[in-house]
This record gives sequence, structure tokens and C-alpha cells, in this order.
Amino acid sequence: MVVIGVVAMIMARSYKIGTASAMGPGFFPLMVGAVIALAGVAIIAQARFEPDAASREQPKAEWRGWACIVCSLIAFIVLGQYAGLLPATFAAVFISALGDRSNSWRSALLLSLAICLVAVVVFWWLLQVQFPLFVWN
Amino acid sequence: MLAQTLRDLSYGFGIALQPENLVWSFFGVLVGNLIGVLPGMGAISTISILLPLTYSMHPVAAVLMLAGIFYGSQYGGAIGAILLNMPSHPPHAVTCIDGYPMAQQGRGGAALGVTMIASFFAASFGICVMIFASPLLVKVAFEFGPAEIFSIMLLGLVAGATMSRGSPTKGVAMTALGLLIGTAGTDVNTGMARFTFGFTELTDKVELVALAMGLFGVGEFIRGVNRIKSIGPTAQLRLRDMRPTREELRRSLLPILRGTLIGTAFGAIPGTGPTITTFIAYAVERKVSKTPERFGYGAIEGVAGPEASAHSKTQVDFVPTMSLGIPGDAVMALILGALLIQGIQPGPQLISEHADIFWGLVASFWIGNLLLMVLNVPLIGIWVKLLRVPYRLLFPSAIFFIAIGVYSTNNSLFEVGEALVFGIAGAILLALEFPISPILLGYVLGPLVEENFRRTLVLSHGDFMIFLQRPISAAFVTASLLLVLLQVFFAARGLSVGRVKSEVTA
Repeated sequence: MVVIGVVAMIMARSYKIGTASAMGPGFFPLMVGAVIALAGVAIIAQARFEPDAASREQPKAEWRGWACIVCSLIAFIVLGQYAGLLPATFAAVFISALGDRSNSWRSALLLSLAICLVAVVVFWWLLQVQFPLFVWN
Repeated sequence: MLAQTLRDLSYGFGIALQPENLVWSFFGVLVGNLIGVLPGMGAISTISILLPLTYSMHPVAAVLMLAGIFYGSQYGGAIGAILLNMPSHPPHAVTCIDGYPMAQQGRGGAALGVTMIASFFAASFGICVMIFASPLLVKVAFEFGPAEIFSIMLLGLVAGATMSRGSPTKGVAMTALGLLIGTAGTDVNTGMARFTFGFTELTDKVELVALAMGLFGVGEFIRGVNRIKSIGPTAQLRLRDMRPTREELRRSLLPILRGTLIGTAFGAIPGTGPTITTFIAYAVERKVSKTPERFGYGAIEGVAGPEASAHSKTQVDFVPTMSLGIPGDAVMALILGALLIQGIQPGPQLISEHADIFWGLVASFWIGNLLLMVLNVPLIGIWVKLLRVPYRLLFPSAIFFIAIGVYSTNNSLFEVGEALVFGIAGAILLALEFPISPILLGYVLGPLVEENFRRTLVLSHGDFMIFLQRPISAAFVTASLLLVLLQVFFAARGLSVGRVKSEVTA
């Protein structure tokens, strides 16, 4: 019954939208919001009529993998802001590589170094992406 | 008329064969193929990852390269589906059913060869349709007012929502979600900022690349981490094996023809995804086959028909995308977005105003498909090796490419954050079995739909009946309604059947 939770979330959002915006620019979002709300109700209804939905096999949770992917992107943003492209690249690849249980420290390290090389050659040198390699402050 | 078309076409070949454009087209096919082969990377993820590369390019070269990436990755996906039983792009799910058993029987090479022939034939047919249908459609399209455009888009959205795989209600919800995301940013008519949640960066609209990469890149990786294990293909594959036997060719000839026609018919309906097309093509092959029991155990017809339909469908899909500015599916939506980024407004005026893009693209389809054939014959061995790249090394590298790709769009780290948010949202939606491609379709069409909707109501002084008073518009609205009613009918029937069943078992 996870569906219900998400639908409730979507519905709440759509209602807020509908009342908060003025009639002019808010008219179209209001309509769309109504459609979402209706679809949400329909999904709940369908979920009710489907007794085996809840018992269906759910794949195992992969908290480590999920956390590492999310963290790697956060690391990229933070380090990209304060340290530059190279540290950001290294951190992003290294952290996300650790998310996979079959990766060892060594292989993650090697992979991150390889990607750093790609970052410098392809993006910084060939494509001239506007992103300093290091930031000193 | 014919002479004019031929003249335009040769003009297009002149453009597509310019060394610079040719090189980019070649590059696109090669890279698209390369990335499409990698496990877990479909056409959409490939295009969204490579989209930023095209920003600094000339529009013609950019579009040619994107188209090249597109069919390169589509073909690459077929390789993974046949040899590994792993569909990286949903339409290839059907190809797995018979392609993988063929690979297990050592005929994987032949399956790939037939796929190549089928796709080339189907694409060529689709290109011909595109050449002749687009100018005709444009003539009609010039008569269209905002009411007609709105109705067509409505049909496209409804079709995209209800005919995607999985539950139609979920499809509708996702399309509407996409529309909603599309409205974020500064309102064109009043200048009012909507849904920015206080971020000034969001007044500039949600970035297309961030959305696509978040949903299809980050989202897929979050789902796939520690789950996708790459197993090397069972059989070695040599060039010699690529050649299908005469018997196999004979058996796939008619399925290719039927698949092509099915794909063309579906391509003409905006919003119908390629997945549904391939599934129908497969079902048809099974129906007409004298030996339906062979399907699922390596019947070459089950590979040829669906692959042909997928390629002719995508080719014909370019017709509404280029001449009306209405994308048929998520991939077309991305290409449309790329055009918009280049400052080109797709629509009826595109063919006359940007003749170089349109005819160059048409010509490049042929060149690109030829390149694909030429490339894949010697490179198939390398692709097979690439299939062995373990997922554990693949996705961290891809995470980096996503991060830098999104960043380079506008040199903004904020957009990397956007991609992260959409990635998490996408992973949750995927886990709940919501289809995510309609979001992208809704997002790209959102602003156009809203603008035309409001313009129509301004013209009619707020009278909704205008959509029914204009005949063309009325036809499209009726068609959309029919689609919805059909779905409701099927759903209701399915429910009552289900209830009867559960009562019987209880």
C-alpha cells in the first residue's frame, strides 16, 4: 500500500497549487492538479481491487547502494563548488563505486583515477568545459 | 511534386555529406552504438548523457549527431537483448523472447544479422513515408489554429499516457506530473514565477537535461545497483556467424514487411510509444504464423517483425515531431528539446525556414543507417566484449558523466542537484511500477499545451465549446475521449473478470 502514500503526497501538492496561485497563471496548473488528484483516486481504487498487489515480491532494499549514489552526487556538487573538478570527480566516482558490494577499495580507487584522467583529457582539455580543475580557497 | 521532392532530397544529401556533418553523424552512430551496447543503458539515457556535447555545435550537425546516437543506441540495445537477454530499452523486451533462445542455440549472430537487415529496410521505408508525408502534413498544419494544436497535443498526451506499458491510470498521473513540471518557472503571459519554491534558479524552468538524466540515468542506477549482474555472452561471435541462412532469410522476409507496416501505422499516431508497437508486431507474427509453438524458443520471425516495426515507427515518428512539433515518445521529446535549445522552434514552419535541417536530417538517416551496417560488421566482436564490462565499474563512471553533463549545460551545479532530486523521485516511481517516459513527454509538451490552451480561450472569450466547434479540433478531441473510454471499458471488464475469478476461487 505504498502507492497510497505517494498518491496522498501528489494529491496534497496538487491541492496546494490549486488554491495558492492566482486564476491567471494558476489556471492550467489547477487543471493538471485536478487530473493528478483524480488519477490518484483511481490508482487507490485499483490497488484496493487488486488483492495480490501487496503480497507481490518486492526486491530487497539496497540501502548501501542507494545511499552511495545519492552521496556521490552531493559530493560532486559540494566539492565542485569549493574544491574544483578533480576532487569532485574523484569523490563522486569513488563513493558511488563503493555502493556496489562487489567493488573493493582498490578497484574503486583505480576506477576513480581512470575517470579523473578522462575528466581532464576529454572534458577539461578537449571540450573546454568551464570548470576549474582546482579551486584554492 | 516528385521532382521537387527529389531536388530537396539531393539538397539534403549535399548537406549531410559535407565532411563536417558526415563526421558528426558517424561519431553519433559510433558513440550511440557504443553506449547503447553497455548493459543498462538505453536510447534515452544515451541521448541525455550525450546531449550536452551538442550545445556548442552548429544546429544541423547537432541534430544529425543526435539522430545518429539515437539509432546507434537503438541497435546497440538489440545486441544486448539478443545476446544477454537484457533489454536496456523497453521496446527490446520483445526481442529478448526469441532473440535470446536463438543466441543460446548458437544462432545469435544470425539474429543480429536479421535485425540489421530488418532495421535497414524498415528505416528506409519510414524515411520514404517521412519525405512524402511531412510536406503534406505541413500544408494541413498551416490551417491549424491554437485550438487544433491543443487538441492534437491532447490526443498525443492521452495516447502516450494510456498506451504506454503498465497501468493506464498511472500513465495519466505521470503525464500530468510531467505537465506540472513543465509549468514550473516564469509564466510567459504574466511573468509570474510559479513552483520555484524560493529558488531563483528555478525561474528559468526545470532544465530538460537535468530532468532526463535524473529520471533515466540516476533513477535507473539507483534501481540497478547491486541487482544487475553482467554475465558475459555464452557464445563467441564471429563475423561469419552474422550471416543468416537462406532459410532464415526466407522466414523473416514477410515478418519484416508486416512489422514495417505496423510500425508505420503506429508512427502516424502521436504519443504511442515504441514498446506497444513492438508488442503488437510480435503478437501479429504469432497469430499469422503456421507454427506458433516455435515462438519463445528462438523463432526468427519473433525477432524480425518487432525490430522492423520499432525502426519504421521511430522513423515515421519524426514526421509529427518535425512538422508539427509534437513528439511521439520520450526520445522524440528529447530531440525536440535539443532543437529548442538550439533556438529552433519545431513546427510547420521548420521545413521551409530550416530546410537544411529537415532535408539534411532525412538524408542523414540513410547515411546513418548505412554507417550502422558498415560499422557493426567489423565491430561486432568489440561490442560483444563490451557487453562483459561489469556493471560495478559502469555505473560509477556513468554517474560522473551525468554530473559533468548536467553541469556543462549551463555551468550550474544547482542543476546537478535537480538531477539528483529527479533521480530519487524516478527511482521511487520505478519501484512503484509507474511508467516514467510519460513524464518527459508531458514536460516537453507542457508549455506548448498551456500556451495554446490559453490562446484558444482568449480567442473564444472563455468558451470551451470552441474545441468542439472547429471540425479538425473536434475530431481530435473525440479521438482522445474514445481512447479514454476504451481504457475505462477494458479496465471495468478486467475488474469484473477479476472479481468473478476471485469469487470462484474463494
